[in-house]
Amino acid sequence: MQAFTRVTAVAVPIDLPNIDTDRVIPARFLRKDRNVPEYASFLFHDVRFNADGSEKPEFVLNQPGFRGAQIVVAAENFGCGSSREAAVWALGAYGVRSVVAPSLGDIFHQNCFKNGLLPVILPGDVAADLRRQLHAQPGLSITVDLEAQTVTAPDGTRHHFDVDAFRKEMLLSGRDEIGLTLGYESQIAEFEARRAREMAWAVPPGASV
Amino acid sequence: MFEKVWARHVVAEGPGGHVLLYIDRHLLHEGTTAAFGRLAKRGRRVRRPDLAFATADHYVHTSPAAPGPDAEGRRMIESLARYTADQGIVHFGVGDVRRGIVHVIGPEQGLTVPGITLVCGDSHTATHGAFGALAFGIGSSEVEHVLATQTLWQKKPLTMRISVEGRQATGVSAKDVILAIIATIGAGGGVRHAIEYAGSAIRAMSMDERMTVCNMSIEAGARAGMIAPDETTFAFVEGRPFAPRGNAWAQALAYWKSLPSDAGAVFDREVTLAAADIAPTVTWGTSPQDALPITGRVPDPAAVTDAGRRESMARALAYMGLRPGTPLGEIAVNRVFIGSCTNSRLDDLRAAARVVKGRRAVVPALVVPGSGLIKRAAEAEGLDRVFVEAGFEWRDAGCSMCVGMNGDLAGESERVASTSNRNFEGRQGKGARTHLMSPAMAAAAAVTGRLTDVRALGV
Repeated sequence: MQAFTRVTAVAVPIDLPNIDTDRVIPARFLRKDRNVPEYASFLFHDVRFNADGSEKPEFVLNQPGFRGAQIVVAAENFGCGSSREAAVWALGAYGVRSVVAPSLGDIFHQNCFKNGLLPVILPGDVAADLRRQLHAQPGLSITVDLEAQTVTAPDGTRHHFDVDAFRKEMLLSGRDEIGLTLGYESQIAEFEARRAREMAWAVPPGASV
Repeated sequence: MFEKVWARHVVAEGPGGHVLLYIDRHLLHEGTTAAFGRLAKRGRRVRRPDLAFATADHYVHTSPAAPGPDAEGRRMIESLARYTADQGIVHFGVGDVRRGIVHVIGPEQGLTVPGITLVCGDSHTATHGAFGALAFGIGSSEVEHVLATQTLWQKKPLTMRISVEGRQATGVSAKDVILAIIATIGAGGGVRHAIEYAGSAIRAMSMDERMTVCNMSIEAGARAGMIAPDETTFAFVEGRPFAPRGNAWAQALAYWKSLPSDAGAVFDREVTLAAADIAPTVTWGTSPQDALPITGRVPDPAAVTDAGRRESMARALAYMGLRPGTPLGEIAVNRVFIGSCTNSRLDDLRAAARVVKGRRAVVPALVVPGSGLIKRAAEAEGLDRVFVEAGFEWRDAGCSMCVGMNGDLAGESERVASTSNRNFEGRQGKGARTHLMSPAMAAAAAVTGRLTDVRALGV
């Protein structure tokens, strides 16, 4: 997994609350291999492109200044709905490294961590102020610093954010989570032995132990 | 209850409040096959194939008359069959009468029982919480992690209890209850929370109804929603193919009876609704929180003070092609869909059939049972004839028109009365307009051609 330390990049404001992952990547693209070169074009596809493939000029990523943004500053509950990790893959394919919002869909939030994309939770008024600054002058950059746990706004204001120690360590190192967990083999085996004694009913009949 | 199940499954403590949580059941469907490839590529094995169970639902065609799935969809279905055979994982595949929507067949087969942890690469996994299981949806990377380790690193969520007290009025279903709950707490109201649904109205529900409630927890933002197991739960589970038997049943039952929250249990948030205040409900917008009683009118964004909310309402109304002030009962529909992991069980089909009996569908209408076994049981009761005689299509089990990835789609600008769980933009097809409602309300819309208060049909 790609590690995340600090990113300074153009940020794009997405103002509507409750942006669901169906909107981030429509269902018909979920069958596509995530390594196909056109994967980035699936991102926000139906609000970003017309039926003939031309760009919808009103969509924020099609506007001068925001094109190619690597940081998304969103509103409440961004990434709600479907568990599709493809939403994170499409953001990643486009080049997005961090999503900043007052709240994120729980499953989307988890999926970000698994793909080297840093989810940042900031208070609603702070996120709204960031979006206002970005709208005022499209093309401005912000800095997301995981080590220091700060977001630096275009006007230089620095905002602290919380991140779980476990997730921070995993992102900073870019470590493979399954590899880490396999190191807990003895604890897992011990748990399973206890479970076989105390919760034998939890193994379905017909299934081997 | 949440705390009890959680504590029982902690394998190890990690930094920052994360724990390694043991997973008792892992349900798989053909949409999660990418995880198998990544696992194999790294030379990793499936740690507990005996705790994984698979079925094909998302991409499967539900109509024998329709062309087969496209090459990509077919490859996913075949890949699941091949992989589960290689790994020794039980698979309810195409041609097996037990095949169906993953959240329908788990309970049906007795795989879903109280007190376990259950995950699936699908956000509607909270459905299984209706049994007092801790069940939640996961992404593709987490699917791979569970296959390899039978565990997940998780941070304990906050807890919320939603109590629904009293009795629902006639014509008001479990779907109306959950839509009212989502409208009350909002689509993000349950973010970072595990919900427990409680109260006399919940207690009085059948398992089918409880599953409908828990199913839509994610539409309120919560990954998990649970209901305390009771005699209704035990009666449903006992004797099912994969449920505990003999001594194991007695041992399980003793444990399950200890699961309900203690009298003094404290929750991070408490919400109470009166069941009597809930009416048959429909959605008007593009978020499940955009729900109102059928007797209401399309709301006016101009009356809303919050700018973000106003903009999002205006956008939703533009997408839905609706004008503020229109009575909801005057909105004409082009199609009706009865099915999905929310409302495709026998209780749902019976409720719809009661409305349909002796009437005719005036718009194209689709009924898709949740599993092959439900289809068979419905046919034994003659429900299929009720639907077919009324002009409905009677299909094979699958996710069908809920997910927009198997060929069952609504067209651009078509308006659908749907028993599914999401009215998101494009969910049922690009440009399709979804109104969520109960099976009885969807049946009423089918026979009148517009959103209709089912109570007015005198059923």
